[in-house]
Amino acid sequence: MPWDRNQMAARAAQELRDGWYVNLGIGIPTLVANYIPEGVSVTLQSENGMLGMGPFPFEGEEDPDLINAGKQTITELPQTAYFDSAQSFAMIRGGKIAMAILGGMEVSEEGDLANWMIPGKLVKGMGGAMDLVAGVGRVVVVMDHTSKHGESKVLHKCSLPLTGKGVVNRIITNLGVLDVVPGGLKIVECADGVTEAELRAATEATIVG
Amino acid sequence: MKKVYGSAAEALDGLLFDGMFIAAGGFGLCGIPELLIAAIKEAGTKDLTIASNNAGVDGFGLGVLLATRQVKKMISSYVGENAEFMRQYLSGELELEFNPQGTLAERMRAGGAGIPGFYTATGVGTVIAEGKEHHVFDGRTYILERGIVADLSIVKAWKADPSGNLVFRKTARNFNVPAATCGKVCVVEVEEIVPLGSLDPDTIHLPGIYVHRIIQGPHEKRIEQRTVRKKEAV
Repeated sequence: MPWDRNQMAARAAQELRDGWYVNLGIGIPTLVANYIPEGVSVTLQSENGMLGMGPFPFEGEEDPDLINAGKQTITELPQTAYFDSAQSFAMIRGGKIAMAILGGMEVSEEGDLANWMIPGKLVKGMGGAMDLVAGVGRVVVVMDHTSKHGESKVLHKCSLPLTGKGVVNRIITNLGVLDVVPGGLKIVECADGVTEAELRAATEATIVG
Repeated sequence: MKKVYGSAAEALDGLLFDGMFIAAGGFGLCGIPELLIAAIKEAGTKDLTIASNNAGVDGFGLGVLLATRQVKKMISSYVGENAEFMRQYLSGELELEFNPQGTLAERMRAGGAGIPGFYTATGVGTVIAEGKEHHVFDGRTYILERGIVADLSIVKAWKADPSGNLVFRKTARNFNVPAATCGKVCVVEVEEIVPLGSLDPDTIHLPGIYVHRIIQGPHEKRIEQRTVRKKEAV
């Protein structure tokens, strides 16, 4: 059985290391916060200007001045700090954020990422995604391995407009985990019950090693 | 010189003209200058270019100025939540320049700091880099982005003193600081104007040198995505 959304998030949470400052994207990456391993303390950054993002507020305690980058109401923690958008992206661009876990539409074997627009469809904008992939120490993409029509989203070359070129370090999909290495992608592990042959068959990108 | 004005209309008097360039603070609907936006709607100023991370929602925030067709061009990083925006954009009535969020913030910061351009790795190899100067520093490629200087900044803060020193609250600070600094004139709306001397000088987020006019007003402070959790039974 391939991993479901929560299992993918739980696997992505294994990437976290104690003491790291981390930015989680919208969608499955947001769920990663629910699976942070015991003994690992990470500080979540929200690019609208906050370090130390806490959980959703209890009903009736929502504060319009306290939201995350997805515009959801959240809470603060004892270690929380606030700052403006220029400083927020200074710490992103400056490489102070150890890792970003982001969603994806397509990833190429050279680590190119497309996750912000589909030509001809509604264009909403890249938000902070281009800054994050260019600036943080390590980029992990969490996404389904194939489209609804069964086409691979792990490609030789991305067909969609890029968010960043050569920026992805690791891909976690419903079928397994792959690393971007010289020459292509290297299989790190297969999801429970998924064979290496199945993972290879669902992958258009070159697999090395 | 007196910085405190009685209303948003008074504070904007003499500053608005058709075709002007405005930098606006706020992220989503958080920390947006809602009173100044309403006053610009009332003034009817047209052909505006607005640099703002988002474009509001239908009927609130900058969505108000889109509904009245006062906006010619938006410079934004994310415009998802606005049907009227999409309608005008897809029909060619509205120009849109997408900037990566950090690039937009830094363009404002740089413009306000007297820096006409800066190099960033953000967007290299994407459509954002097309037509821009590329430069290699220490083996890595960067693109040149320009600082923004706006005719007017419209900003929302939590508290101000009469000298214009500002304090923001939680994540409502966001783009308000860089937007405030990049305007030739900066008008700020706050929830409370407090007496001179009552703000601790060590805790001021933006010094009054950047602030030219201040108004106090009641704010709606609408929530865009209300997310909550249940209290667990102990």
